[in-house]
Amino acid sequence: MSGGLSSVSFPKNAHAALANPPLLKAIAHIEETLVSGRRRAIDALPEFEALRDAGRDIKAHTLKHLDLYLEAFEKKVLEAGGFVHWAADAAEASRIVLDICQAAGARQVTKGKSMITEEVGLNAFLEANGITPVETDLGEYIIQLRAETPSHIIAPAVHVNKEQVAADFRRVHTNLDPRRNLDEPTSLLSEARGVLRERFLAADVGITGANFLIAETGSTVIVTNEGNGDLTQILPKTHIVLASIEKVVPTLEDVATIMRLLARSATGQEMSVYTTFSTGPRRAGDPDGPEAFHVVLLDNGRSAMLGTEFEDMLRCIRCGACINHCPVYRSIGGHAYGSVYPGPMGSVLTPSLHGLEKSAHLANASTLCGRCESVCPMRIPLPKMLRHWREKEFERHLTPKKARYGLAAWRFLATRPRLYGMVTRFAAWGFARFAGKKGALSQVPLAGGWTRWRDLPAPEGGTFRTEWAKRGRK
Amino acid sequence: MTTPKPRIGLFVTCLVDFFRPTVGFSAVKLLEDAGCEVSVPAAQTCCGQPAYNSGDRAGARALAEQVIALFETFDHVVVPSGSCTGMIKMHYPDLFSGEPDWRLRAERLAAKTHELTSFLVDVLGVAPLPINWEGTATYHDSCSGLRELGIKAQPRQLLSAVEGLAVREMRDPEACCGFGGTFCVKYDEISNAIVDRKAADIRATGADVLLSGDLGCLLNIAGKLKREGSRVEVRHIAEVLAGMASGPAIGETRK
Repeated sequence: MSGGLSSVSFPKNAHAALANPPLLKAIAHIEETLVSGRRRAIDALPEFEALRDAGRDIKAHTLKHLDLYLEAFEKKVLEAGGFVHWAADAAEASRIVLDICQAAGARQVTKGKSMITEEVGLNAFLEANGITPVETDLGEYIIQLRAETPSHIIAPAVHVNKEQVAADFRRVHTNLDPRRNLDEPTSLLSEARGVLRERFLAADVGITGANFLIAETGSTVIVTNEGNGDLTQILPKTHIVLASIEKVVPTLEDVATIMRLLARSATGQEMSVYTTFSTGPRRAGDPDGPEAFHVVLLDNGRSAMLGTEFEDMLRCIRCGACINHCPVYRSIGGHAYGSVYPGPMGSVLTPSLHGLEKSAHLANASTLCGRCESVCPMRIPLPKMLRHWREKEFERHLTPKKARYGLAAWRFLATRPRLYGMVTRFAAWGFARFAGKKGALSQVPLAGGWTRWRDLPAPEGGTFRTEWAKRGRK
Repeated sequence: MTTPKPRIGLFVTCLVDFFRPTVGFSAVKLLEDAGCEVSVPAAQTCCGQPAYNSGDRAGARALAEQVIALFETFDHVVVPSGSCTGMIKMHYPDLFSGEPDWRLRAERLAAKTHELTSFLVDVLGVAPLPINWEGTATYHDSCSGLRELGIKAQPRQLLSAVEGLAVREMRDPEACCGFGGTFCVKYDEISNAIVDRKAADIRATGADVLLSGDLGCLLNIAGKLKREGSRVEVRHIAEVLAGMASGPAIGETRK
C-alpha cells in the first residue's frame, strides 16, 4: 500500500479491505483499546466538557492571530540559538530538511513519529538523496519495514497483527536467532528496541514533529509513549523539528490545558508517558542535547484555509478520536482512504491539501452520523465541513451525473405536490402488490445497492396522504 | 376547557408517507390523546435533506421554502423522525444566509419544530394513555435525533410506561446503523458492514423487537435482519406507544 495517493479509487480500496479478514480483525481491537480507554478517562474527569470549550477557544483565538503568534515563536527560537525555516509546500519542506542534513554531512537520520513528514513524503525524498531515514516509533518502524504508510494517525500499524510483525522482523533482522521467541508483543518490543538502540547512536540528525509550538518561549513539544522521540532529538548533533503552522499556541499554560484533552481523547491515558519540551540547542552546562536546532514551519495549504468554512479544521490536535469512533473507518481501516490522513479529519483535510478532484469520494463516504464531532476534543464541526466539500463538489459540477440527475428528478417531483402524490400513490401500491405476502423485496430495479445486502421492506400499500384523505381529514 | 388546544402541523416525512402510514396515524393518535388539534397539510412532500446532504443547496432551499410556507402558521410542527426534525431545526436557517426575511421565517419554524417523542415529553410533559404490550425491546438511537437534538432519555421514558414491555440495551445503541441517506446505496458495501454490526448487536440483546424513532434506520435494519432470516420485529416507537403495533412489523405481512 505504499506509494502515491489513491483516494480516487476509494470504492475499490474499500472493497479490498472488506475482503481482508485479518485487517478487519485488527481494526476491531480499536473498540476495546482506544474507544473504551477514552470513555473511562473522560468519565473520570468531570470538567472534560469545560476543558473542550477552553481548548477550542485557545485554538480559535490563535488562528485569528496566527501571523503574530508565528512571528513571536520565530523570535524566541532565534533568541534561544535555533533556526526557523518557512516552507510553503511539501517540496520546499523536504528540500530544506535535505539541505540541513547535507550541511551536517548526514548519512543516517533517526525519526520520531511525525505525520507531517508523512504528509511531505520525507522518507522517500531522503532515500532518493542518499540519506537513510530510520523510524524509531515502534508502529512506524514496523510499517517502514513493510514499506507501508500509516493507517492511523496515532497508531500507524493498527492494521498489522503480531504474527505479521514477527514475520517481518525475521525477514529483516537477518542475524536474528531463529529460536528466539517472538510470540508476545513484549518480545517484539525488545527485539525492535535492541535494533533501534544502535541506530539512535549512529544517527547524524534526528527529525521529530511537534504537538505544540509555544509562542511565549519558542519551545517545541512532543508527546510519546516510548521515549523514542527523546533519543531521536537528544543524541544526534542536529535536531530538526518539522511542524505545520497551526501547531502554535500562545503560552505554556495553553499547552497545559490542551494536553489534558489530548491523551485522554487519543488513548485514554491521562498523559502520555513522555512529554518533551525543546527550546533551542544545547546550552553551556546542559548535560546533553543537540548542537544545532532547526524548526521547519510548513504551510502546505493551511493558510488558504484561514477565513474560510474550513478554518475550524486547523484546531485539530491529531488525537484520532474521530477516526476511532467513525463507523466507516471501523469498517475498512485507514489505507482504503488512499490519503495521508484517514477518517473524518482526513476526509476534511485531504481535499484542502491535495485538491477536491482527487479526493471527492472522501467527503461523500460518510453517513454524517456526527459521532466524530461528538468526541472531538476541539469541537470541530466535522460533518458540517464534509457537507461543505459536497457543496463545493456540486458547485464545480464534479458530482457524478447519475447523482445530479437523481437530485434534479427528486426536486422536480417533490416541488410538485399533486404530481408527487400521484406518483408515490402508484409506486407504493405497485411495490406492495409486487412484494405480495413476503412483505419485503429481495430485488428492486435501480436499487441494487440496497438489495445486494438487504431486503427492501415493502410499503404498507396506500400512502399516508391518501389514507388520511380517505378519512376525510385535513 | 379554558385554554385552546395547541394546533399541530404534522410533517409525516416522505418515508412514512410512502412506506409506513401506520407511523403517521400513530403520531396523530398520540398527539390527539395528549389534547392537541392535528392537521396534516396535504401538499407536504420532502424536507430537502437528500439534496442538502448531497451538496445541492439550491434544491434543498426550494424544498425548505415549500415546508416553511406550509407549516409556519401552526403553533408547533411535529415530526416522527429525528433526522427530518434535525434538517428543519438545525439546518433550514443556514440555507437562507443573506436573505433576512426568509431566514427569519426559517428560524421561527425551527424554533417550533419538534421530534415526536421529544414533543410529548419535553413540550407537552404528558404521558401517553396507558397501554399494554408484551415483549422485550431494544432501542436504537438514531444519529440525528441523538447527536443533533439530544434525544436519548425521552423515548426510553415513554417506553418505561408501557406495561409488559422490557427494554434491554444494546452494547452500543448510539452506533450508526449505516443508513446515511444516499450513503447506503452509494457506498453500499460499507453501509452493509456497518448495519451488519448493528444487527449483531441487536441479536446479542436477545430482544424480540427493535424500536427506533427514524424510519430510515428502521428500513435499513429491518431489511438487514430480514435478509439474515432473523425473527426480530422492527417497528417505529410511535406504533408501540399509540397501541397500534398489532399489525405486521416493518418488512412483514400478516402471518
